Amino acid sequence: MGPLAQPPDSTSSSTPHHDRSSGARLEMTGISVSFGGVAALSDVSLTVEPGQVHGLIGPNGAGKTTLFNVACGLVRPDTGRIVWRGDELRRLRPSQLSRLGIARTLQGVGLFRGLTVLENVMVGAHRHARAGFVSALFAIPTSDRDEARLRARALAALEELEATPYAGRYPDSLPYPVQKRVALARALVSDPDLLLLDEPASGLSEDEMHELGDLIRTLSGRMSVLLVEHHMDLVMRVCDRITVLDSGQQIAAGTPAEVQADPAVTEAYLGDEVDVASDAAALTTSTDGRER
Amino acid sequence: MQQFVNVTLTGLISGSVYAAFALALVLIWRSTRIVNFAQGSMAAATSFIALALIQAGQSYWLALVVALASGFVIGAVIERVVIRPVEGGPELNAVIVTLGLFVAIQALIAIVFGSSFESFPAPFGLRGFTVGETTIALTPNSIYVLVAVVLTMAGLIALFRFTRLGLAMRASAFGQEVARLLGVRVGRMLTLGWALAAVVGSLSGLLIAGGGLVYPAYMDALIVFGFVAAVLGGLDSPVGAVVGGLTIGLALSYVSAYLDPALVNLAALVILMVVLLVRPGGLFASSTARRA
Repeated sequence: MGPLAQPPDSTSSSTPHHDRSSGARLEMTGISVSFGGVAALSDVSLTVEPGQVHGLIGPNGAGKTTLFNVACGLVRPDTGRIVWRGDELRRLRPSQLSRLGIARTLQGVGLFRGLTVLENVMVGAHRHARAGFVSALFAIPTSDRDEARLRARALAALEELEATPYAGRYPDSLPYPVQKRVALARALVSDPDLLLLDEPASGLSEDEMHELGDLIRTLSGRMSVLLVEHHMDLVMRVCDRITVLDSGQQIAAGTPAEVQADPAVTEAYLGDEVDVASDAAALTTSTDGRER
Repeated sequence: MQQFVNVTLTGLISGSVYAAFALALVLIWRSTRIVNFAQGSMAAATSFIALALIQAGQSYWLALVVALASGFVIGAVIERVVIRPVEGGPELNAVIVTLGLFVAIQALIAIVFGSSFESFPAPFGLRGFTVGETTIALTPNSIYVLVAVVLTMAGLIALFRFTRLGLAMRASAFGQEVARLLGVRVGRMLTLGWALAAVVGSLSGLLIAGGGLVYPAYMDALIVFGFVAAVLGGLDSPVGAVVGGLTIGLALSYVSAYLDPALVNLAALVILMVVLLVRPGGLFASSTARRA
């Protein structure tokens, strides 16, 4: 998987890949969120350094998803500051994300059912289109060139994720891992400076997870990545730094090695492993029930 | 035989207008999951605007353009002002709002333009072509109707399939939240969807009015036929709306000619009931069942 090829007709291809990730720092400071009086996050701070992969882990209910949603404007924090590339983001709205150079994937896949794979990815490249509202409405030539440019970008992104053969298919007809790759292509096609990955490995096999890890590593030079993930081996392998949450509190932060050695983390995860075990037991029971 | 040909032609021509009207309903349903019962009144309002211009000595074509433009504006304003607050709320709220609009706009038309019957001119002749000795039920005006509907459909297909704007509108229809995260201005797309639908609805109102009588409630029959056509096509499918419209047009034409013209409205309701009982998803239903 090479770097995302510039579409042949892109006017921006004159500049070779510049290191604009240098300023791509996301700082979240003192974030607190409560839902109906229950604290979901208390005074959590996290900084994604430019070009690094930052892991966000913690047992179920630790507040990972809430923090993630704060980062992309879906949840507004009660207190705290979010600074992106040196500018404070106030009243961030989800629709502004792509213009700020931030892309996110969703838990599950979140592809548009009624759009082909290629069209799905083209929507992700939306911010790179230039034609205005009126010219697009009346389909005048600027809009045609725009359309061709979007298509080329989308095809390049599919190529990078080895999903080109599925371009004309509808998401529902594809295996889950392929759908996840398409969703990732849709996030990458906007050429973001910050990529928010929400449990990208869920539902993937060991091999697919390994490939995903390699991909995330190759992305890290190009963009900053914030990764929420349950699969510990993946997180430990790809992340430069890790923040650990438990019950809305930040209990550890540091390199993978530091975090692994932290007794507070082990303690938090001991509880979680019991959960996982009981989940597994519940699953087995229900399967048995179905078989009977 | 001659009668059969004429009845079929009549059915296809009125069916094409039902198809356009059904398409307007489908456009709105797809993007906002609202059945716009006010569509007929909105179209009637624009017909009266056109009629006022024609009576003031302006050409039919200028009146047509003004009417369609005012349809666009009316659709956009109604979405922004009246529909936006109930979007995403309980379905019944939206139904009540569009029913209320239906009555209110009709009353407004009566206040502004009066409630008497007025004849609406047709831009082309209303005398049937003659083939050999016999006159067939195909007039220059009905060819105009067909051409106008076909051009409109082609334009919509081009917009949705081949432009970035159309792609953004479809993405908004299939997943508002996801589209928003990808930088699509979903609110703007919904407004545009309503505006376009109102244009198509207005066009069908003008086409059905040509060479006939208009009064504030003259579109009431069309909303029933158009709704039946849309349901027959599955409400979600533009192709279904067109096929549904033509089917209803033919069916009602046969009922009118071979049974009794007084049975036409009843026949439409029978078709609606049969569809809802036998194939509630419509002829072109997508894989998942439709709610309620």
